[in-house]
Amino acid sequence: MNCRNVVKELSNYLDEALDQTLKASIEQHLTNCEDCRLVVDTTRKTIQIYCNAEPLPLPEDTRIRLREALEKRLHRPRP
Amino acid sequence: MLPLQEEPGLNPMNSNALAPAVGPDDEGALVGAAKAGDVSAFEALIARYERKIFRLAMNITQNREDAEDVMQEAFLKSYQHLGEFQGNSRFYTWLVRIAVNQALMKLRKRRPNQFSLDEAVETEEDVMPRELEDWGPSPEQRYAQTELQQILGQVIAELDPGFRVVFQLRDVDELSTEDTAEALGLSVPAVKSRLLRARLKLRQKLNRYFRREEPA
Repeated sequence: MNCRNVVKELSNYLDEALDQTLKASIEQHLTNCEDCRLVVDTTRKTIQIYCNAEPLPLPEDTRIRLREALEKRLHRPRP
Repeated sequence: MLPLQEEPGLNPMNSNALAPAVGPDDEGALVGAAKAGDVSAFEALIARYERKIFRLAMNITQNREDAEDVMQEAFLKSYQHLGEFQGNSRFYTWLVRIAVNQALMKLRKRRPNQFSLDEAVETEEDVMPRELEDWGPSPEQRYAQTELQQILGQVIAELDPGFRVVFQLRDVDELSTEDTAEALGLSVPAVKSRLLRARLKLRQKLNRYFRREEPA
């Protein structure tokens, strides 16, 4: 296992989609490679930050236009 | 075509119009009721997902007017085609697929010569990360919520659309790789490859905001 292979398998590692042997091999590499540890850690945080970010409230004018559009169309018979 | 029974009006100013007809956590029951013609159940689904669908549309189109159109069309199409929804996936996943299709159509219309998701955005560029710096335990806590939202929006907007949409669906909307591939008409390996590159690019771009500050 080298740094290039860790990066290649990074998504699968973070998604826990690796078999045990490959996972163990990556983790062994991580114990000795600070650069790869930083990449794994900061990439995991990148995903978490986006995943945890609540969507902003819908702007009120946007919500009103959505309701008006739906009001108009939902009164038509559905195919 | 069967007319819907008793369609209560949607009052844009009346939030009670969005009250779910059944339990708040039961998407399946809401969908079932909406399929049976209960418009208030469909309204509850809209209330549940409008923010997420708007964010999805904004992240793909990068244009508020287009995102509004996409959201409206996605909800309307999902209502019109509700009878075809078989329940093999979550309603939300199905809705996301519709919204993605609408958003991609907008992008292609707006930039016909610039945007094609089918074209290989893959390049032989080296994906090996540079900028290796520690972010500390909770980098996002350094920013107020609004400022953080601005940073995240700005950074994701800098990604190529072909990467942005894959990251959005897989990591933000939490679709499976297979559902993402199906929604985008891509192969599973293409989704995986783009996801890796998107994650690494975002990591690198966020580094300038989140790296641990050097002690004075």
